[in-house]
Amino acid sequence: MGLNMIVTVKQVPDTHDVASDAMKPDGTVNRAALPTIFNPEDLNALEEALKIKDRVGGKITVITMGPPKAVDVLRDCLFRGADDVVLISDRKFAGADTLATSYALKCAVEKIGKYDIVLCGRQAIDGDTAQVGPQLAEKLGINQITCVTAVKELSDSFITAQRAVDGGHEIVKSKFPVLLTVTAEANEPRSPSAKKVMMYKNIDKKTTDESYDETYMTAGDNAALTFIKEWNVDSIKADPEQCGLSGSPTKVKKIQSVVLTASNTKQIQNNEQSIAALINELRAEHILG
Amino acid sequence: MSDKNVMVFIEYNNGKIADVSLELICEAKKLASKLGSAVTAVAIGDKIATSLPLLGYHGCSKVFLYEDKRLANFTSVPYAKIVVETIKKYNPYIVLFGATTNGRDVAPRVASELKCGLTADCTDLQIGEHDIKDKVYKDILLQIRPAFGGNIIATIVSPESIPSMATVREGVMKISPPNMELTIEIVKEEHQLSADDFMSEVLEIVRKERSVNLKGAAIVVSAGMGAADEDSFALVKELAKTVGGVVGASRPFVDSGRLERDHQVGQTGTTVRPNLYIACGISGQIQHRAGMAESKRIIAINSDPNAPIFGIAHYGIVGDIKEIIPRMIKAYKNKL
Repeated sequence: MGLNMIVTVKQVPDTHDVASDAMKPDGTVNRAALPTIFNPEDLNALEEALKIKDRVGGKITVITMGPPKAVDVLRDCLFRGADDVVLISDRKFAGADTLATSYALKCAVEKIGKYDIVLCGRQAIDGDTAQVGPQLAEKLGINQITCVTAVKELSDSFITAQRAVDGGHEIVKSKFPVLLTVTAEANEPRSPSAKKVMMYKNIDKKTTDESYDETYMTAGDNAALTFIKEWNVDSIKADPEQCGLSGSPTKVKKIQSVVLTASNTKQIQNNEQSIAALINELRAEHILG
Repeated sequence: MSDKNVMVFIEYNNGKIADVSLELICEAKKLASKLGSAVTAVAIGDKIATSLPLLGYHGCSKVFLYEDKRLANFTSVPYAKIVVETIKKYNPYIVLFGATTNGRDVAPRVASELKCGLTADCTDLQIGEHDIKDKVYKDILLQIRPAFGGNIIATIVSPESIPSMATVREGVMKISPPNMELTIEIVKEEHQLSADDFMSEVLEIVRKERSVNLKGAAIVVSAGMGAADEDSFALVKELAKTVGGVVGASRPFVDSGRLERDHQVGQTGTTVRPNLYIACGISGQIQHRAGMAESKRIIAINSDPNAPIFGIAHYGIVGDIKEIIPRMIKAYKNKL
């Protein structure tokens, strides 16, 4: 049958491996000191799209919004099997909160036009908001299934998926088009293919204004891409007022670096006597029963 | 009374009002008393009216009730549209949702449709002021949350869009004792949904009672990757049993498949503040510390003297778990 899928991905600072120079003395984040990575759950979203394509066929277009450097994650998507990739980049997108981000993504998705499923990672590790997926679905006027842990059934008009809920899971069926947010539990992302790495390792971006159909649909299946499309505010017909900082109702009032209370740690020697003394002390304070 | 009401989205768990919703009612009550306003709620479901007086006992004065058998289970589009309708009709000043799977599913849709600010997974809420250029916004919601993998605490405001909306982490706000003399006004509402809005069909729901109650435990004994071998983990469980505690774990430990997600302590798991937290073989990544740093007493046991967990522990024992835990168990039993 063949399904048209759009996957949204993000390049993020690696917050799981934060060194001491990651925070500036004023409490703001020193982004330059952090390595950037492919947001982990976005890789799961891409993998789920690839699995769907393996099952029923289809086309996968990946979008990312970010600075020019974000083409790195798009190249990675091509290495892993995406059919087409688009970078949305413009200074006017800078400072976007989740509302302004989902608005820009919506304009890009509408430029692509034809889709059955939109897949997003559940959340990005720099903000952990999990808001962009549902906000994109609302802006597109389509249904959503969040926290997807497995895709069950697929037909040419509907999907059945399992989603995690607090304390368990549920199975939800939805007609197309639908947006899924995918969790790390859903799959194990495949490795880049050596052949595709050779094919695309030097591919670069090129600003393009043509309508999506002209550049994409004429390429035909399995035709190698020659460049990564780059779109800006104008080419996705976005209202600049709704983008970036001016389209963002939330403002950061204050940022504090986390300094956990360095309590005076009492060193307890690893011997029977010291440990027994600790247990007795906690008993005396009624901490232990 | 001011009209700056605080509205709470009510969630149900196996037919009962979820704890997080009661936590939010109590927090909303605090915010409303600072604003001189009232707490309201929106409850959506099927045959749920009898559950609502409980909201009143905790300080909610009015609840907008939508009942329909098609609303018995949570589904994104109908629930989001109803919350939007209610907000448009009653103009609350602040709207709070639990940062649960479903709260975090519905709240962004609502914020998107209303073009309002929304802050995810708040751990603290305050009323304060903020100025943008020359304009001072008084009595606005300060939304406080960890960000950047827990390395920073951000205070977020959205003064130019009303209502201010936030999802709030479960277990962080306290439930105050109910007052059975308080009453609640139940306002029956008719939704404006059409058949096309019911886009999802819930085919099956599997919800277990939580296998462990970490949030309410007085003593938590947690295992990390330093206690991942079978013998060490058995000792962790034995220590927990001996002192009457429950077993917790770090995220890597849960990810390794040895324990269910319910046992996970930390930023993406449960936030705990027990009287005693014993961290066994946990290095103490910031994401873990964020979920247990407020414990009254912390004992850290680790073979690595430089493990970050020692930075927040009250008592540190450097050494082998297989020696230390048996000594603790022996010392505890000796006094009984």
